[in-house]
Amino acid sequence: MVEEAPVVPTPPSSSEITIFDRKAIKASRERAAKNFAGKHDFLFKWTTDRLLERLEDVRREFPLALQIGSRGTIPPGQKPEKIGQMITLDNTDTPATPCQHYIQAEEEFLPFAPQTFDLILSTLNLHSINDLPGTLLQIRKALKPDGLFLAAMFGGETLHELRAAMMQTEMESLGGLSPRIFPFADKPQTGALLQRAGFALPVVDSEIVTVTYSDIFALMHDLRAMGENNTIQARDKTPPGKTFFMDTAVRYHNEHQEPDQRIPASFEIIFMIGWAPHASQQKPLPPGSAKHSLAEALSTKEIKTGEPAKP
Amino acid sequence: MSVDVDPKVLEILVCPITKGPLEYDRAAQELISPQAKLAYPIRDGIPVMLPDEAREIEG
Repeated sequence: MVEEAPVVPTPPSSSEITIFDRKAIKASRERAAKNFAGKHDFLFKWTTDRLLERLEDVRREFPLALQIGSRGTIPPGQKPEKIGQMITLDNTDTPATPCQHYIQAEEEFLPFAPQTFDLILSTLNLHSINDLPGTLLQIRKALKPDGLFLAAMFGGETLHELRAAMMQTEMESLGGLSPRIFPFADKPQTGALLQRAGFALPVVDSEIVTVTYSDIFALMHDLRAMGENNTIQARDKTPPGKTFFMDTAVRYHNEHQEPDQRIPASFEIIFMIGWAPHASQQKPLPPGSAKHSLAEALSTKEIKTGEPAKP
Repeated sequence: MSVDVDPKVLEILVCPITKGPLEYDRAAQELISPQAKLAYPIRDGIPVMLPDEAREIEG
């Protein structure tokens, strides 16, 4: 009698793991796009302004630029002179804010030839991508040599108050947890990802923006209107009920309420800068290529290796 | 009503799946990827580069 070999499932590779339901993300953004501009776009506007400030420091011309995400676009009147033509990409049928050249595509599958853009910008759009390393690699490849990638995305501290309040309520009332808030990348991870994608001279920093709301319902309404409701693939698709939200609201108020009765919500914005490699960029010299000795520079006596150091 | 796509935009687009070149069918308002055997629609001047929305073509 021959026993059949058990079927061993092969573990999925990193590119096959699906955290975000991209169809649900598209639906959320489609819904948000209709009522976004001027009402729920303040975080995106603030972030785009910061990106523009950083761009001001770069003395370069960018004849062809790409914006990934249509919610945090540079308003046509504010486009710096150094940027020539601007193309915007998002996965929604219509862009959330008006833009001149719009292409509908998924950020995970960029439809651009290699070495196309002088500049790629992105405002709060890369936090809900399943394959962020792969997307960063595609971005790097779509840049011309010495092209600039300047982007901002939500980081790990984002909504930590709401995350904690929901987790505690869920543990107490339902005896378990389900993912309700995105798993955001943190700052060190982001730096490593930029490096892994082959960006030269990567720089990552972050700022915490605190927004106050009357209660968690106003906060959740705002998130939804930004197109940022829960779109995690493994999310609990049955609503947890009114009690769950009421308990979470009370807990959030008890722990964080400010003197004016409002509650703060933190948004961590991670800024990233990276360049497509180019021969002209600064890089470390090969070891042993120094032309002056360290002892000379420090005006001290050189002690050869192997000689005992004197006190 | 159809709006023509900016030629500059057409120049830089490739198939999002194969990253191969696209052929522009002006009459049908489609961008054809011979390698992926997909035709991506252009709607009101917006290239829709979503594989889910593309038409499969025989070839």
